[in-house]
Amino acid sequence: MNSRITALYETHQRLGARFVDFAGWQMPVQYTGVVEEHMAVRDDCGIFDVSHMGEIEVSGPGARSAVQSVITNDIERIGDGQCQYTLVCTEEGGVVDDCIVYRRSAESFLFCTNAINTYSVFVWLLEKLNGKADVIDRSGDYAQIAIQGPASLEVFKIAFGIDTGSIKPFRFIETGVAGVEAIVSRTGYTGEEGLEIYLDPRSAEAAWEALMAAGAGHGIKAVGLGARDTLRLEMGYPLYGYEIGDKLGPIEAGLKRFVALGKESFIGSKVLRARAASKPESVLVGIEMEGPGVPRTGYELFFDRPESTGAVGYVTSGTFSPVLKRGIAMAYVGSEFKEPGTRLEVKIRSRAVPCKVVGTPFYRRDKR
Amino acid sequence: MEFPEDLKYSKEHEWVRLEGDTAVVGITDYAQDSLGDVVYVELPAEGDSVSRGETFGVVESVKAVSDLYSPVSGSVTEVNDTVVDGPEAINEDPYTEAWMLKIELDNIDELEDLLSADEYQQFIEEEK
Repeated sequence: MNSRITALYETHQRLGARFVDFAGWQMPVQYTGVVEEHMAVRDDCGIFDVSHMGEIEVSGPGARSAVQSVITNDIERIGDGQCQYTLVCTEEGGVVDDCIVYRRSAESFLFCTNAINTYSVFVWLLEKLNGKADVIDRSGDYAQIAIQGPASLEVFKIAFGIDTGSIKPFRFIETGVAGVEAIVSRTGYTGEEGLEIYLDPRSAEAAWEALMAAGAGHGIKAVGLGARDTLRLEMGYPLYGYEIGDKLGPIEAGLKRFVALGKESFIGSKVLRARAASKPESVLVGIEMEGPGVPRTGYELFFDRPESTGAVGYVTSGTFSPVLKRGIAMAYVGSEFKEPGTRLEVKIRSRAVPCKVVGTPFYRRDKR
Repeated sequence: MEFPEDLKYSKEHEWVRLEGDTAVVGITDYAQDSLGDVVYVELPAEGDSVSRGETFGVVESVKAVSDLYSPVSGSVTEVNDTVVDGPEAINEDPYTEAWMLKIELDNIDELEDLLSADEYQQFIEEEK
């Protein structure tokens, strides 16, 4: 097999992980079970190896305006030590990737990319920012560990003696972790409080073990990509290749708040402005099952009587929600069906099973 | 992983326990382990007939959907509602609590085509 492994591969093996090939990486999909790992993050604390994600540095005197010209969000909204979620779009308004951009200084930015897109983002930035800023693929320099859940900040404090309670969401510090300089940010992909730690791969195991030991009294569990997906779905977070992609832009995906239409022109701005001003044919919504079964990628949605009118939408990704204990999905539906409460049917194998359109996130910590 | 000696196994990962001329059917420890957390099961109704090698239902875990293939032919005399109402039983106790169907056999000789516990274990080793 040609797939790559992270610095924590042997650690996962020792923990009895089951592996899956993901974007060319051998990644742990589960350790003890998706539901158990999912609930550990919701109730206590979960630790993830997300070293497959990429890190692209954009630096130099022109870095700030260079970054501004390739992202949809407004980089001027953040200062040093802050990061933001953004999209990188094509001229046609398709998505190259959705990233978190870290502003380390006015002349140094780091894009955290989806593993599957690291290379394409790197090439894209090289080409588009040629002569304006230095673009370096730093992915090999960083392992990435995420620790998420209500106990995560406490566990991090026990492990490294650093109080991150005062770091606000989407802010980060650069500090010593497991003997090396690391980026520690208040970000994540689960909807819970938590941190993402970028550090030298050679120190990844030491950091992982320190967190595991510190979390022993806090119910810490290693969490694989299986639960990472169910966690992000409960929050209604998009995943590249499913809810967004080359042909699925940010406006129809409901990500308009990350598209700064008022800022100076950027790659894709012309198309995105036009699209934002017109009524989209279909939009991304949340779907909650009212009958049995799990909605999955590609399943069709119908309004009223299935076969008579043809499909009115399709599921982009779906799962069984461990918290709600029913099937949930994200789906594109015709604009006229987007209102929460709209009753639809999802075709699961040969049966039409009732479901309804709901707002996202599907789950809110304070309402549980 | 456990594979009780007194059961017969199919290559589609179902098990059969013979009780008189009735076959009790479920999925194996290996099958439940591969699926992960089972969240939904679809089974036929009492009185339905099932045929060897054909699908009789569906089992869904958080991550995957899998068809259930009948290891024998006959008519369904009982369906285990416990497993429909609480599909996690399939993960917890696949051979006892989580039996799925009782089938009145059309032809008891069909059982001879199924695998023994040893043969089944060998089969899954090769399949890995």
